[in-house]
Amino acid sequence: MAANVDQIFVHLMQMMVDRVPDAVAPWVRAAVGVGAVLGLFGLLFGLTTVCERKGIARMQNRLGPNRVGPFGFLQFAADGIKSLTKEDVVPRSADRVVHYLAPLALLTPVVLTFLVLPFGRNMVLMHVDTGLLFFFAAGASTELAVFMAGWSSRNKYSLLGAMRAIAQMISYELPFILSTVGVVMIAGTLSTVGIVESQAARPGEWLARWNLFTPWGLAAFLLFLIAAFAEANRSPFDLPEGESEIVAGYFIEYSGFKFALFFMAEYLGMFASSGMAVTLFLGGWTAPVAALDWIPSWLWFFGKLLALIALFIWVRGTTPRLRMDQLMDFAWKFMLPLALLILPVVAVWHYLGGGWRGWLFCTPVLAAAYVLLGRALVGRRRIQRRVYRYAGEGVAS
Amino acid sequence: MLGVGIIKGLAETGRNFIGSYFDRDRLVTVEYPEQRVPLRENFRQFPFLVHDGQDAAIGLRCVACQICEKECPPQCIYIEKSKDKKPDHLGKPQFFPAVFNIDISVCMSCQICVEVCPFDAIKMDQDFELSTADRFGGLLLGKTQLARPNTHFQRIHPREAAEIDTRRADERQKAEAKAKADAEAKAKAAAAAAAGTAAATTTAAVDAAKPVGARPAPTTVPGPASARALPGAGAGTVPAAPSEPGGQV
Amino acid sequence: MTPWFLLFGGLVVVGALGAMALRNPVHCGLSLVVTFVGLAGTYLDLGADFLGLAQILVYVGAVAILLVFVMLLTRTGRGESPEVRPGGWWWGGLVAALVAVGLVGALASVSGWKPRSEPMTFPTVRDLGVALMTDFVLPLQLVGVVLTAAMIGAAILALPERRGGRVGRTPKGEEPEQ
Ligand code: SF4
Ligand code: SF4
Repeated sequence: MAANVDQIFVHLMQMMVDRVPDAVAPWVRAAVGVGAVLGLFGLLFGLTTVCERKGIARMQNRLGPNRVGPFGFLQFAADGIKSLTKEDVVPRSADRVVHYLAPLALLTPVVLTFLVLPFGRNMVLMHVDTGLLFFFAAGASTELAVFMAGWSSRNKYSLLGAMRAIAQMISYELPFILSTVGVVMIAGTLSTVGIVESQAARPGEWLARWNLFTPWGLAAFLLFLIAAFAEANRSPFDLPEGESEIVAGYFIEYSGFKFALFFMAEYLGMFASSGMAVTLFLGGWTAPVAALDWIPSWLWFFGKLLALIALFIWVRGTTPRLRMDQLMDFAWKFMLPLALLILPVVAVWHYLGGGWRGWLFCTPVLAAAYVLLGRALVGRRRIQRRVYRYAGEGVAS
Repeated sequence: MLGVGIIKGLAETGRNFIGSYFDRDRLVTVEYPEQRVPLRENFRQFPFLVHDGQDAAIGLRCVACQICEKECPPQCIYIEKSKDKKPDHLGKPQFFPAVFNIDISVCMSCQICVEVCPFDAIKMDQDFELSTADRFGGLLLGKTQLARPNTHFQRIHPREAAEIDTRRADERQKAEAKAKADAEAKAKAAAAAAAGTAAATTTAAVDAAKPVGARPAPTTVPGPASARALPGAGAGTVPAAPSEPGGQV
Repeated sequence: MTPWFLLFGGLVVVGALGAMALRNPVHCGLSLVVTFVGLAGTYLDLGADFLGLAQILVYVGAVAILLVFVMLLTRTGRGESPEVRPGGWWWGGLVAALVAVGLVGALASVSGWKPRSEPMTFPTVRDLGVALMTDFVLPLQLVGVVLTAAMIGAAILALPERRGGRVGRTPKGEEPEQ
């Protein structure tokens, strides 16, 4: 029974494919799979925007949207209709072709990344040997789309926003990718499915072997998550669209549905990064303890995904925006050395075979590196009370 | 250490998030169309024309003197004087505005028209829900749209209305007394000197009352609203009441 | 000649033509990206997953960005690209012809222009890794050294210049700007 519920979507797909002639079966499989993923994550996108607005409102002791539909949960439908029916304004001096292609060039790779995410047992759209690499390759090509959007608008703000976005994405791509190498070293494969399976509990063990449950895994998870925040251009790394300085960044000249596409790509990118974090560090669709294996695998995956999305929203409601030099310092002077350090630590962990000896070695090394690098990052600048020359106490009246 | 601040911040926002579901006092949002904040007495939006009684055609206080039209800085008032005259509240025949338009898309709510009107005929309204689909015609208010009864004025500016009503009642009393005295003087030409003294004393009384401001006038103010909204002003502690800009005329 | 090959081959050719013929340099750069993508698609179609994805990661994700950045930063004003000197055509053509001859020769020497008889075996990522760590470990290390040297050079270039020609740490007692 539990196995049936677990595999219900796989069976459904199989039934559907069985009904059609063999020649078109792969196409039907692909179309249905992609359609399901698009529909599901499109809906999740809508609901997330509402939940984000409501959640952040609550963090600021406000009410948030509560007018459209029950408790305001249909707000995203209203917003969607609005953006669909709005006029599509293209600046007169814009580069029309590039301007038109940019949102598509951004959304396509983002959607492609969902192909290699395993949503449950036997539930991955594209089972390839190089799943992780595929994910990063697709993610890397979004930078060009950002440049296209910023450059083709012929607007100073959008170009500045694109520059900021690209500088930020390139800087954070290094820790983003490097933090996953440890996982690959332990799992011995680049395939996302293989990585998830390597984290499942072995027969007879009560605790799963999630990478999060190791010292280096925790460190790499945090690095990956921070880099994911930056890749998704979300607070505290939302400089590319810093409203107070450059209005909206690289998509300032987009309106109507194209703007909605940018918005959607940003959120889908966030979902993909969260899904990859779940896959790499939180054991994908596996249960944390073997006793909970009866819960369907896809429920586990989506539960963890939603939890990470909630974390994204929570952080956005909490942190202010970084300054550009702080942003770069953090990427190059803190995250990159730490991510590099994780590699030898993982190697040592591997040869010690984990266990208490692994903990004994890895934890102090990583903790010491964290403290030292953190000191080096903030220590040079003493944080002191700001003195104003013409205002405040201490100024002779 | 690096990261502690983030944890602290997350704890704070988390506390706010959960607290806002249990503690209604945290939520300060007023859900506007259903809930409203009571407006301050001094709040002003656009001018309106005061009329006594129920019929705007008879009771309009404006005498079409056109002072406000001349004073209005952006010149958004347009007045056409009537050909004939109608009696004002003192019974004196006066002109009245045949046309009185204010273009509230131009008006800047400066209240100068109110300050300069010698007849207390134009006052600032508090109605702010004026959006319209027609930005030219819909925002050009004519005489009928501008006219609102004195009871409305008493409701939105009780303090100022009470003072004005008192003064106008006094003026009318004085006028009636003068009319009566004139009648008596006509009847008894011999008692002319005595009638003159009486008129002088009345004038002195009126002058004494004027600068005091919102003296309660139970006979002329039919406003329970004024008594409710202004507990301080109604209790006879007039000199101690704080002088507000809206209360000065 | 699968349809996929036609598609990706077409992308490569169209992109390359565009990179040559378009007037706006940024358009040329973007057109070159189409070539990169087509090339990656061809690799994938041939079963070289790793190579294809690395192509996208490196060329589309990094080299193309570098390219357009350089164009933006070196161009002054909004002018079109400068006139190509007629003499330059010869040199370009000569280099292109030499490269083409070399490539074709290399291909011919490997395959002998005969279709493969035995079925293709696709190397997995694991095979690649093993090969890199055993047979090709020296080239790999050399590349690593070269890249490290390049990185150190870039870091030194980016260091703030100090008076007296000294490069390096902030002198004692001089607080960095708040
Ligand atoms: S509103 Fe007052 S100032 Fe204006 S015309 Fe009428 S009486 Fe005169
Ligand atoms: S409030 Fe000012 S701008 Fe408006 S009508 Fe009166 S004088 Fe004119």
